[in-house]
Amino acid sequence: MNKFSWYEAKSVEDALEQVNSTLSDELYEPTQKASVFKSGGIDVFDWVKEGLLKPQKIINIRNIPGLDQISYDRKEGLHIGSNVTLAEIASNPEIKSQYLALHQAVNHAATPQLRNVSTLGGNIAQRNRCWYFRSADHDCFRKGGDRCFARHSETGENENHAILDNGTCVSVHASSIATALMAFNASVVIANAEGKQKTVQMDDFFVSAGEDIAMENILQAKEIITEIILPPPSKNTKSAYIKQVARESYDWSLADVAVVMEVSGNTCKSASIVLGAAAPVPYRSVEAQQAIESKTINSDNATAAAKAAMTKARPLSKNDYKVPLFVSTIKQTILEIA
Amino acid sequence: MDTRKEKFPYGIPGHNLSEVEREIPVEEPPVWPINDKLKVIGKRVTRIDALEKVTGKAIYTSDIKLPGMLYAKILRSNVPHATISSIDISKAKSLPGVHAIHLIENTPKEGEENSTGKYPMVKYVGQPLAGVAAESLEIAKEAVSLIKVNYEKKPFVIDLEAAMELNAPIVFDAPITKQQDGGDVGETHDGSKGEGNVRGPSTSSFFGGPRGNLEEGFKEADVVVERTYRTQVHTHMPLETHGVVVDWNADVMTVYASTQNTAAVRNEMASVFNLPKSKVRVICEFMGGGFGAKHSAGSFGPMAANLAKKTGRPIWLMLDRQEEHLAEGNRPNSIQYLKIGAKKDGTLTGIQQRSHGTAGVGLGAGVGRIAQILYTCPNFATEQYDVLTNAGPGAAWRAPGNVQGAFGLEQAIDEIAEKLNLDPLSYRDHIDTSEVRKVERQRGAELFGWSRRKPAGSSKGIVKKGLGVGQSTWPRFVSLDSSVEIKIHKGGGVEIRSSVQDIGTGTKTILAQVVAEELGLQVKDIKVNIGDTFFPVGPGSGGSVVTGSITPPTRNAAFEAKTALLKLVAKKWETDSSELVMADGQVNHKTNTDLKMSFKEATKLMRTSQISKIASRSDDYGGFQQPWGLAYGDLGSVQFAEVSVNTDTGFVKVDRVVAAHSCGRPLNIGQLESQINGGVIQGVSYALYENRVMDNSTGHMMNANVDQYKVPFSMEIPEIETVIVEEYSGRSSTDAYGIGEPANIATAAAIANAVYNAIGVRLYEIPITPSSILKALSKVS
Repeated sequence: MNKFSWYEAKSVEDALEQVNSTLSDELYEPTQKASVFKSGGIDVFDWVKEGLLKPQKIINIRNIPGLDQISYDRKEGLHIGSNVTLAEIASNPEIKSQYLALHQAVNHAATPQLRNVSTLGGNIAQRNRCWYFRSADHDCFRKGGDRCFARHSETGENENHAILDNGTCVSVHASSIATALMAFNASVVIANAEGKQKTVQMDDFFVSAGEDIAMENILQAKEIITEIILPPPSKNTKSAYIKQVARESYDWSLADVAVVMEVSGNTCKSASIVLGAAAPVPYRSVEAQQAIESKTINSDNATAAAKAAMTKARPLSKNDYKVPLFVSTIKQTILEIA
Repeated sequence: MDTRKEKFPYGIPGHNLSEVEREIPVEEPPVWPINDKLKVIGKRVTRIDALEKVTGKAIYTSDIKLPGMLYAKILRSNVPHATISSIDISKAKSLPGVHAIHLIENTPKEGEENSTGKYPMVKYVGQPLAGVAAESLEIAKEAVSLIKVNYEKKPFVIDLEAAMELNAPIVFDAPITKQQDGGDVGETHDGSKGEGNVRGPSTSSFFGGPRGNLEEGFKEADVVVERTYRTQVHTHMPLETHGVVVDWNADVMTVYASTQNTAAVRNEMASVFNLPKSKVRVICEFMGGGFGAKHSAGSFGPMAANLAKKTGRPIWLMLDRQEEHLAEGNRPNSIQYLKIGAKKDGTLTGIQQRSHGTAGVGLGAGVGRIAQILYTCPNFATEQYDVLTNAGPGAAWRAPGNVQGAFGLEQAIDEIAEKLNLDPLSYRDHIDTSEVRKVERQRGAELFGWSRRKPAGSSKGIVKKGLGVGQSTWPRFVSLDSSVEIKIHKGGGVEIRSSVQDIGTGTKTILAQVVAEELGLQVKDIKVNIGDTFFPVGPGSGGSVVTGSITPPTRNAAFEAKTALLKLVAKKWETDSSELVMADGQVNHKTNTDLKMSFKEATKLMRTSQISKIASRSDDYGGFQQPWGLAYGDLGSVQFAEVSVNTDTGFVKVDRVVAAHSCGRPLNIGQLESQINGGVIQGVSYALYENRVMDNSTGHMMNANVDQYKVPFSMEIPEIETVIVEEYSGRSSTDAYGIGEPANIATAAAIANAVYNAIGVRLYEIPITPSSILKALSKVS
């Protein structure tokens, strides 16, 4: 860990004035002059401890007033400030009753201790956990290097890696909460240094590796997430979330699925189905959505949708098990709705 | 030697308890009855340091802070195979706060590979190259990052099977004679035989060599099982990492060490720095786990001492988690071929075993003796090969070799039983002559509900249930180099002193129990001062030797001290000391109830301020098994596992384990249960979770942390129930033995057998993962 200075940001404007880089930029092309944000600090300090991020200044945005509120309104939907902790989301009764899949995803994220300090903004902005990306001894594409170690058909240790959209980078996004957020068609509110705000759909917040290998989201240096908004559910909205992990106590997802449906009786009117740990960013399965829409929610149709989701799967040398694992998990998650 | 004869309890209470007459040294105490009739021994006694541990007050090595102390960090290689052309320390040296840098340089020794360069050849990622001492750990780390090493890289090999190929890069081009830290006992060879990276084989152990004629044996067989089993590399992951604090002044080198062998560390440091053993003091008051990897001073011990010498200051040098994974030991992997033949009636006719495994740059990757000795079979042969690879050295790991060996053997035995249409448990009754395992099978099966077991693959639904069993054996090793001093202080106060360390299993508490029982006191009355080489020498915590080695001299010394004190009381009362007993904190006359005195009052009769008696471990009563010099009997276990396998997702959950164990006379039931729980948890972890992942293109370990190297946490741990079988054999004044290693041997095999019972498809490789289950079920295209 290098020496860095510490700045206690007093407001969003103050923070944006201080910041000059993003974690992504600094990992891709290290300047060692970066001033970067830290909220819960879980991911940023992991990078600092590995010696891969050597910031000049850490800007603590954790104590900025006003970013730590949850509000729910039947018409306005759910607003979650970027500094709200995962523990606060997990214990919020309205989120549990109105946005069950989000409640479930948050409850299965990390550990109770980590949920007490992790913030929602930091969670969706964290970088992937590919062990090559996180190793100072492996200079991969995402760090400006010339290869993907994980992809290698003989030596790549890719059992935890992507089976979809894995043409450029084979990592999987680390946020399993984002899986649920995207399924709820959440949007991200981003403020910039000019004092402007923009609201971006979750689907557009994440950046595929093919678009920009340095980035996993659209955040630029002078931008900050202020809140996440989930549209209000209807009476007929139902949701479910399942995460598969090697260790139930605490683990990164091997396959997680969020399903949000508008139902009429036992029929799916419309579906939003998102897969986590399948691709470099949370993956909306249009194929699965189409397969289940207007259908009765039953085992056969759920299986058909699950299989449809995997038609484009291209497993690597050591992760072909993820295909049947996703088929089973998508099916189970859809059936939870019924 | 003067001896007398005494009758000892012999056998298993509730099964075959009888008596045996032993001739014992005349100075040793009279026989203890079975535990039912004792007050402190065999009971649930809370460990004496429980409060210190759970409140964080216990001082571990990393907590040691000394005046003027500097912090050290080791620079490690980040390439797997290279010669070092130069090391530039100029930048590191000039960093403010850096006090000294020590480079590891070649000092060729006889018998070691001749290396001509200034620096040792780099053989694995994580090999120590240099150390820095600085005013803070942060400065030391930064200084390490400023050292520039110029490598001339060489081809390397990581994978076991790739290393076995004849054209593989050669890890060592000369014979290696150095056995790495704590390799398995009995399976070692000198590493001089063999071609390329393959060394060995080892074909014998202290239980002898090949037996009978395998060809004839297999001819007689009606059924044969022939399989290849694979096990992974497993790193130790003790909560407390390796490390020392070295305080070297003119008179003595004091080494605070996280070690399971204070005496061995003392000997090593004395030897490396050419000091008399009397001038090296090794102290380990609390120990945060070792599992076999902490018998030695390693390279960090001498490094800290060299830095202490250069700076004249105490040096703190604890490793971090990554260093721990890379360089401080692992359980070698294995590929085991096993062929077993049996007659229609189940009688075994032949066992053939051939194994390859890699302990990286070390030796000791055998698969143990379990196939050789667990079951009676007239025809047996084993060939156990070590394969050298460019990876960190293996180290002893809780029943070295035998855990790997049990995984293969106990599955093959189940397959034989199935071919013979026999229940695997009753089949073991047929081929296993051990009386204690017979009782363990009976009592364990009853508690476990073995009768619920259904035919393999018959469980209905997506989540299938399965039951399995696995057995193990471990020798009763005893270290005769075990001694204890007991002091009784005038005015009260009893003290135990020995260099033996408490690896964390509760050695301090059982020693206090033994002395309390002997002196008629309570455990809280006894002060235990151990883990210090200035005290009489005790055994290392390896081979499960501690309890069997150190409790008899503890009792003997306490008995001698008691006898001395009773003589003083007898003189005062004008009676014979043989008429006096100590019980409930009192000295009483056996027949004259008027004569009584508190223990404290009795100590006031002492002419000097203390009575001090030192006793050593005598030979086992009844001698040792010859020609091996091993104690008689074994530490047998039978473990039962119940699993759920999700056939859609491939996840396996171990729901329940019943572990039936024996260790002679049990001393502390609660601590035994804890130790068995620990062994079972490590076994579950070995079967399902832990796996060292190495990248074969770079030679780096990809999961050298606690995040991706998966040890089980609370939700992965099954319900564990223990059955402790008392087994008396009258072999020492306590007749007690350890349980450390036995607790870990059979678990993975029992789980593998249970998985087979659940899904009807057998897995021959661990860890068992969703990937391997889904492949076994042909759900992966």
